Amino acid sequence: MIPPFETFYAAHRDEVLRFLSSRLGGQRAEDAFQETFLRALRAYDRLEHAEHLRAWVLTIASRIAIDDVRRRKPHDELPDDIWHEDARPAFEELAPLTDGLPPKERAAVVLRYGYGLDYDEIGSALGSNEQAARQAASAGVRRLRKENT
Amino acid sequence: MTVSTTLDERFRAAAAATGLLDAAFDILPDTPIGELLVGVTDHGVCRIHFDPDPERELESLARQFGPRVLRSSKPVDRVRKQLDEYFAGARRGFEVDWDIRWLPAYNQRVLSELARVEYGTTTTYGSLAAVTGNPRAARAIGTVMNRNPIPIVLPCHRVVGANGNLTGYAGGLERKEQLLRLEGAML
Repeated sequence: MIPPFETFYAAHRDEVLRFLSSRLGGQRAEDAFQETFLRALRAYDRLEHAEHLRAWVLTIASRIAIDDVRRRKPHDELPDDIWHEDARPAFEELAPLTDGLPPKERAAVVLRYGYGLDYDEIGSALGSNEQAARQAASAGVRRLRKENT
Repeated sequence: MTVSTTLDERFRAAAAATGLLDAAFDILPDTPIGELLVGVTDHGVCRIHFDPDPERELESLARQFGPRVLRSSKPVDRVRKQLDEYFAGARRGFEVDWDIRWLPAYNQRVLSELARVEYGTTTTYGSLAAVTGNPRAARAIGTVMNRNPIPIVLPCHRVVGANGNLTGYAGGLERKEQLLRLEGAML
């Protein structure tokens, strides 16, 4: 039987917020959090079984995070400039932009925002781990922001 | 990282505003007759429960109305306010709809008749049986009262034995007496 929505929400809300904060941060993560569970609520009565509810809600959250990153207006925050659907592949635009970064940061930024890889994938690509990848990407973005202002 | 109260309440309010909830509920932690759980659907109040075990109540609401059950204070505001007024002695009747669609037709008929029993008065199991078609069904009336999903609003505390005994109450005889005293129906 599908658990009451309250039970499902209470079981997964902290993890969903953690997940979204790691990808979006701050107010955007909170908005995405609400959107995630509203979307889950909309689909909830069509669920056929109660298996994999955690994976299900994290998938919803991750789609919303990706949409949020794509939707951001140019110049709002740096990563947004990078998600052009109608332009050259994003990683091509990134190449000249990230030239000045230390190699590890550059790789992390390009893989994250150019190729859309998850941090754990980036971690293994760089021979380190998820946390190191996340730190490298965010250090790179910070550095780029500083250079561009 | 845990979800802040603000974010949590914001989501719960937004969820209720979508109109998608099968039922919403909230806990009233300290009424004069103790903790109450109040449940509502789009059709009105559907549940009032004494000394609630939230987990069990959740399961039961989900079984009756659907799985989209969520705690949310907003949908419960109207009945919460009226209950506060009632307990303060400032309200004699409830102006809320109630949702008893899921009950057997007989229970619905008896409870609708029960709703007419006025504040501060009592009736008997026998006379409630008589007005719902079977004067000898006093015992069946007792069962319907015992399973009344919305006590207080549907005033089963106003139904007493033919000899004036309080007889029984799902929330305990003490509460029945307390409610009748509040209404001035018992000296």
